[in-house]
Amino acid sequence: MLCTARRIVAHQLPGRLTQAITSPVASLSPAALRRLASTLAVLEQREGRLNQGSLNAITAAKKIGGPIHGFVAGSSIKAVAEEAATADGVEKIIAVDNGAYDKGLPENFAPLLVENIKKGGYTHVIAGHTAFGKNLLPRVAALLDSQQISDITSVESENTFVRPIYAGNAVATVESSDPIKIITIRGTAFAPAELGKGSAAVEEGVDPKVESPTEWVSEDLAKSDRPDLATAGRVVAGGRGLKSKEDFDKVIEPLADALGAAIGASRAAVDSGYADNSLQVGQTGKVVAPQLYLAVGISGAIQHLAGMKDSKVIAAINKDADAPIFQVADVGLVGDLFDKVPELTEKLKE
Amino acid sequence: MSALRILVPIKRVIDYAVKPRVNKAQTGVETAGVKHSMNPFDELSVEESVRIREKKRAPGGVEDICVISAGPPKAQDVLRTAMAMGADRAIHVDVKEGDDLEPLAVAKLLKKAVEEEKSNLVLLGKQSIDDDANQTGQMLAGLLGWAQATQASKVEFGEGDSISVTKEVDGGVETVRAKLPMVVTTDLRLNEPRYANLPNIMKAKKKPLSKKTLADFGVSSDRRLKVLKVTEPAPRQGGGKVEDVNGLVSRLKELGAI
Repeated sequence: MLCTARRIVAHQLPGRLTQAITSPVASLSPAALRRLASTLAVLEQREGRLNQGSLNAITAAKKIGGPIHGFVAGSSIKAVAEEAATADGVEKIIAVDNGAYDKGLPENFAPLLVENIKKGGYTHVIAGHTAFGKNLLPRVAALLDSQQISDITSVESENTFVRPIYAGNAVATVESSDPIKIITIRGTAFAPAELGKGSAAVEEGVDPKVESPTEWVSEDLAKSDRPDLATAGRVVAGGRGLKSKEDFDKVIEPLADALGAAIGASRAAVDSGYADNSLQVGQTGKVVAPQLYLAVGISGAIQHLAGMKDSKVIAAINKDADAPIFQVADVGLVGDLFDKVPELTEKLKE
Repeated sequence: MSALRILVPIKRVIDYAVKPRVNKAQTGVETAGVKHSMNPFDELSVEESVRIREKKRAPGGVEDICVISAGPPKAQDVLRTAMAMGADRAIHVDVKEGDDLEPLAVAKLLKKAVEEEKSNLVLLGKQSIDDDANQTGQMLAGLLGWAQATQASKVEFGEGDSISVTKEVDGGVETVRAKLPMVVTTDLRLNEPRYANLPNIMKAKKKPLSKKTLADFGVSSDRRLKVLKVTEPAPRQGGGKVEDVNGLVSRLKELGAI
């Protein structure tokens, strides 16, 4: 009942608020309105393991106010749901146990989410701006006739959000008038919610069992013992200046090992085959914000800066003293990377 | 296999090499007198469509490649460019300068266009480099109830209307398969777009370009998201240079980075 009422109120908010003076809705203070918000945080899982990186959706949800429910779906989902239920700030985990959702195919996952959003009467739905979230949420938004707000970096109020546009060269503050706000968040802008602090109830969600016209065939994921690029505390990134894949590996890997860092690359390095596509940092690759970003042989094109300029400390090694990377680097060293990087690696090992 | 009727939506955006400036009123980015061109991801969609025909990759052949753009009259320039690259014809949907459509409105417009043009494959860029939303293709697939494959780095055609698409995902690639009709969005690794040469630019001037309005598609430019303000990001000041590796190490220690 409560959920239904909440949904009806939410539907009335945008249009009626100004005209319907006599309506009880109009007399509510902003704080009271905020209490009517309720958020579904879509969590990712992979082969029965909760993706810790998706817990930052819960952190973003906290800034909106109102109860937060988490959502997980896949085969043998119980363990994942129970783990997610310990996340700080979550009231309930909605779980749907069905192997059809393991690969996150948007054709069946979107209707699944829509049914559960309608049932729960949520005013906000949040997922990470990851490959999964980017693929899925716009389809959900279209089915709900809602204009999604992508890749937000800040929550100003329950209907106002901040997001970078033009490769991060401008920052837009936007106000949504949709009754259900569909949002993807920039992972580096919100810390993941802590596990082990909560004890939410786990509830079975509705499963509309829509058939997917798309079939999952295979995947080929880069295997690495290094920290994950998107969440690493330190990142060493190489660019065109590395000249070949052999040199890239020979120069960058020991430095990354010495720092315990993840490896990243510029688009030039990826396009030239020096590094795997999944390592690309920039507007069209990953966005990172580590404690230390060390750019080696990277000139600093705006598309690359879009992916790393929120790093805490940026260091650069480049032989061109006029490279734009030096305009953003906290510390720069002009010199031949083939001399300087091995020297740096040795010094760091000491 | 059915013959392909490919619809390629394209967008005119500020050229990727230009550093955008926020306008004085903080309502948006300065666009007057700034170089515009086709959104880079849309160039990949046009190129892929033309290659599918040239390389005879689809068993049923390619019957039609139609490009469509909603924007001010200058959007016709990018439509001509697409036709010079090999598209057969173009549709220009006139939208008043500054009245940009949101992705949901574009998806609704495209749904109507797909129905009218009897398209069975829509190839879009994964995102436009101005709004960086990454939504339109997925929204269109949702509205049509079609299969979708986003961030494609490889598109292959099989028997019985089947298409396999290799997609760029976090940490690697993933392959999915579906049957026509389908929506595919392109990623950078898909191909390398060609430059239109002069004879083709001349030929493109004679290719058909039909002009339509938003009303023809039953779409309005009303916005769901109100832009309250647009600002410059907090500037980042370079911290200067050091002489040698020792200087670098000690500076990083001072900054607490190592």
